Amino acid sequence: MTKIDATDMLYRDLNNRIHTLADRGEKHIELRNVCGQKFIGDALKGDVKIDIYGIPGNDLAAFMDGPEIEVHSNGQDGIGNTMNAGKVIVHGHAGDVIGYAMRGGKIFVRGDVGYRVGIHMKSYKDNVPYIVIGGCASNFFGEYMAGGVMVLLGINGDDSPIAGDYVGSGMHGGVMYIRGDIEDRYLGREVKKLELDAEDHRRLSELVREYCAHFGCDYDEIMAKKFIKLAPKSHRPYGNLYAH
Amino acid sequence: MSTPGVMATQVPPEFTVEINERKCVRCKRCTTECGFEALTYSREYDAIVADDAKCVACHRCVTMCPKHAIRVTDNSLAYKANANFSDIHRKNILKQAETGGILLTAMGCDRDYPVLWDHILIDACQVTNPSIDPLREPMELRTYIGRKPDCLEFDPDSDPLKLKTELAPNLKLDVPVVFGGMSYGSVSYPVHKSLMLAAERCGTFMNTGEGGLHRDFYRHKDHVIVQCASGRFGVHEEYLNAGAAIEIKIGQGAKPGIGGHLPGEKVSEDVSKTRMIPAGTDALSPAPHHDIYSIEDLSQLIYALKEATRYRKPVGVKVAAVHNIAAICSGIVRAGADYISIDGFRGGTGAAPRVIRDNVGIPIELALAAVDDRLRQEGIRNQTSLICGGGIRQSSDVIKAIALGADAVMIGTSALVALGCRVCQKCNTGKCSWGIATQNPRLTARLDPEEGAQRLTNLLNAWSHETQEVLGALGVNAIESLRGSRERLRGVGLDEKTLEILGIKPAGR
Repeated sequence: MTKIDATDMLYRDLNNRIHTLADRGEKHIELRNVCGQKFIGDALKGDVKIDIYGIPGNDLAAFMDGPEIEVHSNGQDGIGNTMNAGKVIVHGHAGDVIGYAMRGGKIFVRGDVGYRVGIHMKSYKDNVPYIVIGGCASNFFGEYMAGGVMVLLGINGDDSPIAGDYVGSGMHGGVMYIRGDIEDRYLGREVKKLELDAEDHRRLSELVREYCAHFGCDYDEIMAKKFIKLAPKSHRPYGNLYAH
Repeated sequence: MSTPGVMATQVPPEFTVEINERKCVRCKRCTTECGFEALTYSREYDAIVADDAKCVACHRCVTMCPKHAIRVTDNSLAYKANANFSDIHRKNILKQAETGGILLTAMGCDRDYPVLWDHILIDACQVTNPSIDPLREPMELRTYIGRKPDCLEFDPDSDPLKLKTELAPNLKLDVPVVFGGMSYGSVSYPVHKSLMLAAERCGTFMNTGEGGLHRDFYRHKDHVIVQCASGRFGVHEEYLNAGAAIEIKIGQGAKPGIGGHLPGEKVSEDVSKTRMIPAGTDALSPAPHHDIYSIEDLSQLIYALKEATRYRKPVGVKVAAVHNIAAICSGIVRAGADYISIDGFRGGTGAAPRVIRDNVGIPIELALAAVDDRLRQEGIRNQTSLICGGGIRQSSDVIKAIALGADAVMIGTSALVALGCRVCQKCNTGKCSWGIATQNPRLTARLDPEEGAQRLTNLLNAWSHETQEVLGALGVNAIESLRGSRERLRGVGLDEKTLEILGIKPAGR
């Protein structure tokens, strides 16, 4: 394991160190005193694990292809931007646009997330992305979603809605599992509410178990509440929009 | 809003197809050549029968008929003359009344807005300064795309003298023309291959567009610019590192401000593999990049890409020419873009709403002049290169663009025309008879990439020779010496304000 003290380090220097270590075959890197450095894990490959103490900056794990990053505090915007494979675990809250166009790998956030989380997430054959959010989400959760699986648990939420407006607006693929219910007025036009079937339950329980393992939560307590499933009404929502 | 049912159309056929029965030998070739199924053979009449309504005037049948027995003409159906409500307006209203849909079209704007290239003339040497004979004297067309340093520092103690300044990565172009972004999906596999081979042979670059790079083409990567657009189709670490440069696509001249929409019909198994989305689903590109809502955000994506490729490749940004393009480009340079591709409103597309294509954006000539001016005024012109496109049809357009301030131009439509495209504007249907804008294997097999590459190479060679001829006449021996040399241009038939924006004098002055 290699430790890096990121105090006063510019992101370019920090990321250069990480790349150099990973290229040399280092399997475990611990970053201390991280304070807003962007692009950590950007396009990083292989099976390296990075532990981050302090708050990493935007675009954490962007274009990442394999490694695991554990953030022991809050994260910022753009985590897992266009990520291909790997895992990101955030012990606190995270910002906007988490998992934008993500095509594979997993993101677990213990707390709440901001706007447009899971936007344009897509899957292709064995590449299926997963996002599990422990808290609540803001507007446009799963906008344009084209594939993959999102879970929203709403743990510790007060009486406010579990997600903001326009959930799944423009969704044309993939599936969302929401713990509790969402009033129809918060849903995008392209989304329908469904009951979970056996396959859904299997997938969901696997993800919730993994969530609990990372954050030390009680699986049964989480699963005691009923979930709903959100799926797109059509894989081609705009097929009839045009005249030729 | 209720969806209207299918109605019988009142829109008359746009073209009339005539088959000369005496010339026709009933070989039936035309019936298979037509991608739009406009021609069939009638056993009953022993004749080729045309369904005029399906004809798009792509001329595949006309070109391939061994007896030259087919003629396609405008269907000059006599509507009552009306200078305000033209035939086109009336037909479009009928189409919308029948479907309730957005009018979809393809390729560049076909309305008769003024083409400013055709109002600009180039200077030449006479008597007082000698012209150069390009056939017998060196004539340099090479140019470099990317950030240039503010100044050069040398190590005075070194012998030979060594450069101390670290140079940013640049693309080397042997000819100041690149192929503009056209995605695999909107165009076919053999089109991409033709463009790639031609780029390799001519020492220039093709641009993947936003649909990813087919696995077969990774070996041509040194002549490929990979695009990263809002849909992020086929974008991953390996793809980013495969290209010679990366281009963030913000906008496109044909459809500024709106997203892309590749219909499921064109998402074949192979396209699906390259885009990494399931076959048959619509590939929707959001209107904005949802991680870019500001110049600062753009800067973040630029540097995310630079980090992803460890600062080894230029990262450019493509934008559509819109009203405030000069200020926008100033921001893009400050965000860290190594080059900017500016696409004028006449730029092409595989599919766009007509209302956008024909009404949104500004001409590239004015956009280019305004941007070049602004960047010079701000002292940041060296920090970026400008590639402009959107209606470049001939070598004289290239020369005028460079004299106005471009480093290079990009061509899309011209390249497709070289490959056989007749600009019928039906790319969105996926039925292209020339195998260009289709994924139907029966049709794509018609385009031989080797021949395609040769046609494109010939085109660029011809433009290169012509450019050298004009440079010789100008008494200039390098294309880089002409860049921004607006004194060598004059306007004809342009108003004073337009001349002022173009930064050129009227002819006679």
